[in-house]
Amino acid sequence: MSLQTKTEKSVPLLIILSVIVILFGAAVEIIPLFFMKSTTQPIDGLKPYTALQLTGRDLYVREGCNTCHSQMIRPFRAETERYGHYSLASEFVYDRPFLWGSKRTGPDLHRVGGRYSNEWHRIHLINPRDVVPGSVMPGYPWLAENSVEGSNIAEKMKTLRILGVPYTDEDVAGAADQLKGKTEMDAMIAYLQHMGSTIPAVR
Amino acid sequence: MPEYDLMSDFTSPFWAWYIFIIVAGSIIWLFYLLMTQNKEKRNTDIKPTGHKWDENLEELNTPLPRWWLQLFYATNIFAVGYLILYPGLAVFDGVLGWSSVGAYNEEMEAADKKFGEQYVNYLKQDVAELAKNKDALTTGSRLFSTYCTQCHGSDAGGGPGFPNLRDGDWLYGGDVAQIKQTIATGRQAAMPGWGAVLGKDGVKNVTAYVMSLSGKKTAGDLDAGKEKFQQLCVACHGADAQGNIALGAPNLTDQTWLYGGSRRSIEKSVADGRNGRMPAFGDFLGEGKVHLLTAYVYSLSVDN
Repeated sequence: MSLQTKTEKSVPLLIILSVIVILFGAAVEIIPLFFMKSTTQPIDGLKPYTALQLTGRDLYVREGCNTCHSQMIRPFRAETERYGHYSLASEFVYDRPFLWGSKRTGPDLHRVGGRYSNEWHRIHLINPRDVVPGSVMPGYPWLAENSVEGSNIAEKMKTLRILGVPYTDEDVAGAADQLKGKTEMDAMIAYLQHMGSTIPAVR
Repeated sequence: MPEYDLMSDFTSPFWAWYIFIIVAGSIIWLFYLLMTQNKEKRNTDIKPTGHKWDENLEELNTPLPRWWLQLFYATNIFAVGYLILYPGLAVFDGVLGWSSVGAYNEEMEAADKKFGEQYVNYLKQDVAELAKNKDALTTGSRLFSTYCTQCHGSDAGGGPGFPNLRDGDWLYGGDVAQIKQTIATGRQAAMPGWGAVLGKDGVKNVTAYVMSLSGKKTAGDLDAGKEKFQQLCVACHGADAQGNIALGAPNLTDQTWLYGGSRRSIEKSVADGRNGRMPAFGDFLGEGKVHLLTAYVYSLSVDN
């Protein structure tokens, strides 16, 4: 039997060979990225998320912010004029998973850190229409009411440490303390205000 | 940003050759496949492939339509052309020397050529003069729409906690230099909360006194409120409660209330404090845009 006949008659063989063919794309487009400095090494000054910021990031994922807001400023003038310096891969090495996104219903948020006051974020997250009348973003009033105390933040940080985020023992030990008396709103704002701030605000 | 070099970005040159071999090998392999699998000629007897299913179901070895086959070749040739012109083979940067950062820098340079001179001209002019220049104000209003409306509103009328920029009333001063500084370096208000010091009654009394300064009446002991005001509030708001633009302390004798003039919101200000913040835009926007924005914001209140 020729190879072609064999493949036509054996489903497992067909699957295995198809996967090998498809893997050529992955082999050339994905695997080398694991061996590039610009994608695997943190940019100068990049700090791992603090316990509060990390909690905020998880809330960002929970509320699905990333479905409407990207976190990747592309190197086009139209984007950098509005948002700031284009995003660099080395800014995201502690992000697991990264939240780049490819669709924007709202604006990109990668450099939102420092652009607005904490108070603005608080008002805006409770009811966006209070500050931006035409906004279609939903309100998230429960963030201000829920506490973040008692979350499993230390375990999260330990897990991230296994994946290569340089948390010290003190970071992990002090994590629960950092969340004392904080609301989800505080955590979310801490995360938003930190975002993209490793690169100074020059375009 | 330093010039990007792919070869030195890899942890080892192996990976560049790895990409090159897979990409080049795939293209050669596809060419080979197209040629070897196309032996059947058109307009000859079309023979079955010899595969049979369900007793008599046969597959004919019909050659591909010519246009389709040629399209296959064309995509292969396109790929080769692309990899000669653009980076894709890792070991070779492409004849055009294109990179995304390079393309971005070119775009920025072109824009600088187009608009840079105009900004230089604007920078030479006085803000008061620019505030009468229609073109400058149009650009200024667009800059305002992009960077400032989220807080100050599209009409610059502000909102609770975010100052109205058209009313001629300024927390940090309405001079050209002061507006410019506010935009460029930002402002941080620091009204402490006095709830713990004053207690519930104290807050009520101070609120009553503060409201009486602008002619409003509310329940509370004015004398007791005045006494506490003289102790705690005059340092920033002044003995006459006219405020202090050096600290951003508002005038309490007028009818402008950043956080609202109701008893409740004034009580909240007294008890919990207020810490409004104007972010700094100087580094992000650059001198030229800050200058134009200053002119626009300045024009909003001088027109009134």
